[in-house]
Amino acid sequence: MSLLSARGLTYIYSQGMPTQHVAVDHLDFDIEQGEFVGIIGHTGSGKSTLVQMLNGLLKPTAGTIELDGVNIWSKPKEIRAIRFRVGLVFQYPEYQLFEETVAKDIAFGPTNMGLDAQQIENRVYDAAKFVDLKQELLEKSPFDLSGGEKRRAAIAGVIAMDPDILILDEPCAGLDPVGRDILLSQIYNYHKERGNTVILVSHSMEDVATVCDRVMVMNHAKLEMFDSAQNVFSRRDELSAMGLRVPQITSIVDSLIEAGFPLSKGVLTVDRAVMEITEFLKKEGRL
Amino acid sequence: MRDVTLGQYFPCDSVLHRLDPRLKIVSLIAFIALTFCTFNYASLGIVCAMVIAAVLLSRVPFKMYLKSLKVIIIIVVITSLLNLFYGQGEPIFEWWIFKVTWAGIHNAVFVCVRIVCLILFSSVLTFTTSPNDLTDALERLMKPLTIFHIKVHEIAMMMTIALRFVPTLLEETDKIMAAQKARGADMESGSLISRVKALIPVLVPLFVSSFRRAYELAVAMECRCYQGGKGRTRMKQLKLMKRDYISMAVSLLAIAGVVLCNIFLLSVR
Repeated sequence: MSLLSARGLTYIYSQGMPTQHVAVDHLDFDIEQGEFVGIIGHTGSGKSTLVQMLNGLLKPTAGTIELDGVNIWSKPKEIRAIRFRVGLVFQYPEYQLFEETVAKDIAFGPTNMGLDAQQIENRVYDAAKFVDLKQELLEKSPFDLSGGEKRRAAIAGVIAMDPDILILDEPCAGLDPVGRDILLSQIYNYHKERGNTVILVSHSMEDVATVCDRVMVMNHAKLEMFDSAQNVFSRRDELSAMGLRVPQITSIVDSLIEAGFPLSKGVLTVDRAVMEITEFLKKEGRL
Repeated sequence: MRDVTLGQYFPCDSVLHRLDPRLKIVSLIAFIALTFCTFNYASLGIVCAMVIAAVLLSRVPFKMYLKSLKVIIIIVVITSLLNLFYGQGEPIFEWWIFKVTWAGIHNAVFVCVRIVCLILFSSVLTFTTSPNDLTDALERLMKPLTIFHIKVHEIAMMMTIALRFVPTLLEETDKIMAAQKARGADMESGSLISRVKALIPVLVPLFVSSFRRAYELAVAMECRCYQGGKGRTRMKQLKLMKRDYISMAVSLLAIAGVVLCNIFLLSVR
């Protein structure tokens, strides 16, 4: 049994109105425990709608979502319990900070779960550690933090609920390159240490290629591909027809292969490419 | 959150959508006044006919009008009931402290129909006129007030900005609410006090982002050298067309009809 499975999942905005719009169209997929899944697709392809259905913020127009084999909408009154199990970090989550101190803001989720004071404190401490927020920052007002710190504080607010599945919608948007790398590696370490399932929605093919095991490709409300990162990014032409591209390093290596160099296909990271190329050069006796 | 229809533009192509917004505003005021100057069923009938004609001509689905009526249904019911039981004259029906008279019934009908007409007329205006056209027209209509040193342009600009940001803020509220719900915020259940408390996580970020938006907008306007109304020309020039004159004539006829009915027919009250 899969951790999360969707069958015929559909969402239609303002149904019956002239502005009716199908955002998600009959999706079927399974996500296993401990996977790191990436979702890519151009703007308006339905990614954000999809993730909001996964944690029960939006109720599907049709179709079902099962968490551990149980339909999440079987008891609509207990949908809050689903939201604690499937944590969703929205785009630009720093705009949701509201408490007097960072610590209190991170504690908002655990408090809503009804945990006791000691547990809440532990959760806040652990979550802050995962995103590398210094102790002294926790007592500051969230509005005095820098942009990157605010972002990390907001993510910690969701991690503190210790969800089985952590969904992040464009967590790196608007951060500088160093900030992106740091945040991404923090998310990756969280995934490795806790062994939790993580779903990452991103516009950056590089990010998705580096950290994700499997990649979902959304196009015009439909799920076009759901395969290992390597397989997905080896279908360059199909992706570009959808307005997506492969990671830069993949396309460089692909060009080298086309030019006659015997490198292996589906290289996703710079490190891997360096390895391939040095190996080739050694074989040729040029290194 | 999105169900606020009172004052929401419904884009589609109809004669009423294309009418000059200035004319629409003036007609609305005239018709509202007219609604409250109906003293017998004939004049009330003329006003009702105008409402029905306007609603049909607007080509906005009737469902939209029902939605805006739903908001005031309680007011209509309460005022009608009060009027029904407080009429003067010979009671035709009596029970405990309630007594119903013919005057009471007339009053109730008039109050009910008047409020419904009022809402429908205003809904026709807001459904068929985009907020920008509305403020534009208001600015033009209030222009004479500049001789009293009232800053008409600034007021209109503020209204335009406010209207422009209503959907943005609604969207923002939706987003923040979703984000807090994702962290387990409970806004649908609990006592009144706990529900008001549950709004804090939404209101604080909303205020913060409103100030941020206001600041960004001010900078953007200054970057484009905005300095207020003096010497500004318009991109859209309003000009009265044939259809405007026709609708003006129809409106005047209706007004005349109501006045004549009031003079020559017996008043019911």
